[in-house]
Amino acid sequence: MQINAYVYILVMAFATWLMRVAASLIMKKPVKNRFFQSFLYYVPYVTLAVMTFPAIVEATQSPLAGAAALIVCIAAAWFGQGLFTVAVLGCVTVLILEFFL
Amino acid sequence: MVTGRNSNREIFIQGFRNGIPIGFGYFAVAFSLGIAARDYGFSALQGFFASMITYASAGQYMGFALYATNTTLIELMVLMFIINARYILMGFALNQRMPEGTPLSTRLLVGTCITDEIFGITIARPGVPTPYYTFGALIAAVPMWALGTALGISMGNILPLRIVSALSVALFGMFIAVIIPPARKDKAVLAAVIVSFALSYASVHLPVISDMSQGNRTILLTIVISAVFAALFPRQTEDPEGGAADAD
Repeated sequence: MQINAYVYILVMAFATWLMRVAASLIMKKPVKNRFFQSFLYYVPYVTLAVMTFPAIVEATQSPLAGAAALIVCIAAAWFGQGLFTVAVLGCVTVLILEFFL
Repeated sequence: MVTGRNSNREIFIQGFRNGIPIGFGYFAVAFSLGIAARDYGFSALQGFFASMITYASAGQYMGFALYATNTTLIELMVLMFIINARYILMGFALNQRMPEGTPLSTRLLVGTCITDEIFGITIARPGVPTPYYTFGALIAAVPMWALGTALGISMGNILPLRIVSALSVALFGMFIAVIIPPARKDKAVLAAVIVSFALSYASVHLPVISDMSQGNRTILLTIVISAVFAALFPRQTEDPEGGAADAD
């Protein structure tokens, strides 16, 4: 028998939330261990980098447009543009290029 | 941004403002999620509800797909744990920035707001992570996520593909905006980013690893690359609040 959709959704949300707060439930203070500190220092950049590439190239209809957006975004961020500007420049790049490709 | 003591209200507004571009990106991604959810038998209202309380892209994709296969609730929970396990790492990174004595409620509230993107902007913000900032971002972004899901379900093909394609880059643009400035300042981070790009690309094509789900690949690569860099280029032991001067 099919489970009620709302019960199903509640369980899905609860399981996801548990992952979000797992560390909050365990950690009482910052970890002093130098290796672990260094590890956590790199985690955000590595995770976000792994999620960005090659996914950005696959997200667009034309891979070339995605690759161009990647380069434009990196250049914009390198030269100090903020979150919003970088994101918009990426979108505009794809919009323009896919018009031609 | 780091000078003086921002009032909680100002921090909330700052989070809300930074959450708006995230919301635009979410809208596009959620739209395609909605199109999938419709195929798996969810109504627009159910999709809206699911996205409001779950707000996890890969997790919801999988959850919706499993629903159509008559999975049990236990199986659902286990698979959600696995596909969302990267949130545990993100939670550790955020809690590492919170001093001893931070109330559990504060830690739980910050953790509750974790998404890939909100984690990204929160970790990029100097100082101790605060729920005012994360909730500001969450309240701006998640309704867009839910709205996109509902619209994707109810009117799948109304947005031209070209617009969806362009909007879907927004989230990656934000990731890039988070990782590049520190990479410019710290050569070890720059190297870590380049290695991450390269290995992530390779992992899509390598045997065995390419069979793993994208979420699991992300975790595996994150742990391996971060551990290697931590061993090769350890940080000087510093005050763990991330070096920002104005800890609240």
